[in-house]
Amino acid sequence: MSNFIFGRYLPLNSVVHRLDPRAKLLLSFCYIGLVFMANNPVSYLIIIAFTLGAILASKISLGFFLKGIRPLIWLIVFTVVLQLLFSPVGGHVYFHWAFVNITQFGLVNSGYIFIRFLLIIMMSTLLTLSTQPLDIATGLASLMKPLRWVRVPVDTLAMMLSIALRFVPTLMDEANKIMNAQRARGVDFGEGGLLKQAKSLIPLMVPLFMSAFNRAEDLSTAMEARGYQDSEHRSQYRILTWQRRDTITWIIFVVAFAAILATRRW
Amino acid sequence: MAISFEHVSYTYQAGTPMATSAVSDVSFAVPDHGYLAIIGHTGSGKSTLIQQLNALLKPTAGEITVDNFTITPKTTNADLKPLRQHVGMVFQFPENQLFEETVRQDIAFGPKNFGMAEADANKLADAMLQTVGLDSSYAERSPFELSGGQMRRVAIAGVLAMRPKVLILDEPTAGLDPQGRQEMMTLFERLHREQGLAIVLVTHQMEDVVQYAEQVAVMRDGRLVKFGTPAEVFSSEKWLRENQLDMPQAAQVAQRLANRGLAWDALPLTADQLADQLAARWPRKGGTHV
Repeated sequence: MSNFIFGRYLPLNSVVHRLDPRAKLLLSFCYIGLVFMANNPVSYLIIIAFTLGAILASKISLGFFLKGIRPLIWLIVFTVVLQLLFSPVGGHVYFHWAFVNITQFGLVNSGYIFIRFLLIIMMSTLLTLSTQPLDIATGLASLMKPLRWVRVPVDTLAMMLSIALRFVPTLMDEANKIMNAQRARGVDFGEGGLLKQAKSLIPLMVPLFMSAFNRAEDLSTAMEARGYQDSEHRSQYRILTWQRRDTITWIIFVVAFAAILATRRW
Repeated sequence: MAISFEHVSYTYQAGTPMATSAVSDVSFAVPDHGYLAIIGHTGSGKSTLIQQLNALLKPTAGEITVDNFTITPKTTNADLKPLRQHVGMVFQFPENQLFEETVRQDIAFGPKNFGMAEADANKLADAMLQTVGLDSSYAERSPFELSGGQMRRVAIAGVLAMRPKVLILDEPTAGLDPQGRQEMMTLFERLHREQGLAIVLVTHQMEDVVQYAEQVAVMRDGRLVKFGTPAEVFSSEKWLRENQLDMPQAAQVAQRLANRGLAWDALPLTADQLADQLAARWPRKGGTHV
């Protein structure tokens, strides 16, 4: 579990860490659009430069990002191979058998897909590595504010989200403790056949659910005891402020976007 | 030598920016069938230390010996089962590990994992239920409908059912009332005395340390700062305070009496010792025995 990098926060002090979470969230969304806009070597070089620049600025070593990709590597390989074998015919045909074609078009396309996957995973890993979960929740809540006008209970959703995020590490800890206790009683997690592995999860999941339900009950009691009421207008402890570094980051992003629009093959 | 640590260090998340050293260069040895207490302030590395005794954590450096087993950084996961059966581990709040439908099944879970036949394991489970002081009417009940104290007894029975030779206890009495605490500690003492079970106890209850332990290890910031008998460890109140530890209550009383001019041959540590030494000083009136 300690190898699982995606979704973890790495406390460092860098420009990227200090950016407004709203700026980072929006940027990550728009970045995906940027990645899909690129369709020739020059535009990809621009994106790669932008991504590497962001990673350098975050002071997080590149090894972490490579680790983050590892659990998803089979998904990437699967997609790339599909793209390679079943692309529409175009350009030089290297290999042909029944409905399988390996063509120049497919080769180039699968290369691009591979790079796209890599870039998007790296950027979202950067977002979670450099932003505390609670900041992400606050940022999302702030971005969702306009939805209030169509009667979406934004504050309640934000509360749910931050509680859920808050309890991820707690439940991970809990799971770890229970796994250790059951290991000490002779359970081998992640060994043996599929059925045996699935069975070994019961001694983990039952106590974990028990403790999660107990915690939920305690938390709701504690919240009610302090007068929490749904749909009340409440002030916030964490107030997000847009600063100059956020504007500068966005200017760099917009310039990169413009450069890609200019260089891409239309 | 039943349990020995040689220059053992442990670092969490070694090789990452989050690497933190939890235990560094700890060496000590406990004889066969010993009773060791590990004390120290919160975060001093006690829990990390004991989790290495059955290789839930493997030391990042050094070597641990438990009877015939040796644990080094290179120990593989392949042959840990005999070790895990040999070293029983009762975690903090062990009631959180219960999951089966009935108390009997839960206690029999460990032995079955170590290859015992179902019928034998169930028989053993009933015996263990007796050992921890619950009668056989509990065997068919769901562990989740028991009280907290009873759940803990069931969980401990589940560890005892593995027939370990070494029993590790991580604050086994936390959250229990005084009576439950005493019953629990008496149970472990009996197992130690009658079955020769070696015990490693992590605790904040200094009274339990002086009452039961034969040796005491004091941890501070991941280092072993003192190792010896309870009398040696609790000889200086000043040193204890520097290490954020308390004297046992009886010793505190004795110390206060000493400050008022009462001289002890050896500072009494337990309530019994205090009472005996006080009684010995009192001039007996006309043969009435207190």
